[in-house]
Amino acid sequence: MDSMNFDLAVTPLRDLNRFLHKEAVAQGIKQVTVLHPDGAHNIAVGLNAPVAVDIEGHAGYYAAGMLKHGEVTIHGNAGTGVAENMMSGKVHVKGFASVSAGASAHGGLLVVDGDTSLRCGISLKGGDIVVGGSVGSFSGFMAQAGRMVICGNAGDALGDSLYEAVIYVRGKIKSLGADARIEDMTESDYQAVGELLAAAGYTYDPHEFKRVASAKSLYHWNADANQEY
Amino acid sequence: MCGIVGLLVKTPALRARLGEMLVPMMIGMTERGPDSAGLAVFSAPLASGHKYSLYTASASFDWEGLAQQLFAHLRVPAKCEGHGNHAVLVTELAPEAVRQWFKEHFPVLHVLSCGRAIDLYKDIGTPGEVAQRYDFASLQGSHAVGHTRMATESAVTPDRAHPFTAGEDFCLVHNGSLSNPYGLRRMLETEGIHFETDNDTEAACRYLEWRMREGDVLETAIQKGFEELDGFYTFLIGTENKLALVRDPFACKPAIVAETDDYVAIASEFRSLAHLPDVKNAHIYEPNPEEMYVWTA
Repeated sequence: MDSMNFDLAVTPLRDLNRFLHKEAVAQGIKQVTVLHPDGAHNIAVGLNAPVAVDIEGHAGYYAAGMLKHGEVTIHGNAGTGVAENMMSGKVHVKGFASVSAGASAHGGLLVVDGDTSLRCGISLKGGDIVVGGSVGSFSGFMAQAGRMVICGNAGDALGDSLYEAVIYVRGKIKSLGADARIEDMTESDYQAVGELLAAAGYTYDPHEFKRVASAKSLYHWNADANQEY
Repeated sequence: MCGIVGLLVKTPALRARLGEMLVPMMIGMTERGPDSAGLAVFSAPLASGHKYSLYTASASFDWEGLAQQLFAHLRVPAKCEGHGNHAVLVTELAPEAVRQWFKEHFPVLHVLSCGRAIDLYKDIGTPGEVAQRYDFASLQGSHAVGHTRMATESAVTPDRAHPFTAGEDFCLVHNGSLSNPYGLRRMLETEGIHFETDNDTEAACRYLEWRMREGDVLETAIQKGFEELDGFYTFLIGTENKLALVRDPFACKPAIVAETDDYVAIASEFRSLAHLPDVKNAHIYEPNPEEMYVWTA
């Protein structure tokens, strides 16, 4: 047996997560299907095994948070903080993702086919995020490292207080946040966008994207700025 | 944290099942609000007169006697149907006269709501306990607004549970916290508006109802609310024939909408929508910050 089903209508979520943490690898399970997730919180949190988890419906808060290995696919919408603090692996949301998708992810790839709500990629620390739709306001806020590819539009204050993370946007940007600026795309940018789009399964032309990065004026304290950033 | 739920049925046949559909929605929000719960239901308006949802701490209050005494004093018939500490009183008397009479003769009574279409229940306890206590599952109507409370400011008491009401056929539930309720309160008190609790949500409720009493339609009142009400909020507002949903500009508090040809259902989280009929084919979306969503019953 290399696959298993968990029906959350009859099995407690804790049993699923315990199985994923402690038993899946020992039993050689490669694929787990989660039925009737119905918005439950913390599905497949802290997954640290090379298992593909398919969530057949809508997930609640923090689904696939702290993912270390494996691949989680949500065949529906995701609640607050999907793939929060992901370390590696891949999370794919087929519907929309609520606030703080991929927050502080250190590695791995988060793909959202629909839109994301506010604060997507807030405090990103090294992961990659590809959004097929649009992102809400304050996305990429204080993102320190990693890349975001936004195929649709971006809301207000995109990339406010960015550090070294880079955001690529195909559509319109409602407004840039403090210290964020649009920069010229280089060959390495086109290549990075192309690779990320391919990994996410999109066929857009990388030349349609623009680059948003930090102007780095916030890197140093300016006593004369009088808080007028 | 708190949980909000709302349901508006578009298909008249579903009106008989409003309470039955709503109870699992409220229970689904138990973890967001285990200390108190409340529900306002809007049904076909009375042809004349007003109805009052009443609450008292005593479970053995003489509700029938209340109607008789009202008749003895004011010579206007009243009908009062009570269940434990809750009752609905119907009379042709003007609301000001009824409220004044309660104040003078039965100060232990709390008027939870007043109007032609609204019935309101709220009490402390888990959503499951409160729903059972007042038999929410049997309630019928066109739309309903429910709340499960986890108090983050002001005490856990029945009168600080949600929904809050003001005026007639108007109620509001809130998930979040306001930062300027005392400023609003001082402003509204100079307009002669009286507050019953120290709860921040009451300020939002009385502000919006005051705007409507001043002549604004619901949408204009909400628009002014975006400017005047500061803090974090998801508000769900019920009037005689409308249900309105709004979130603050930062969308700090969650909300999910599921819409089908038969109903529109709103909850803080999908967990409260999962059981609804045909929800798999519903249009499911998250409302945008500072955008108005209004449905007509």
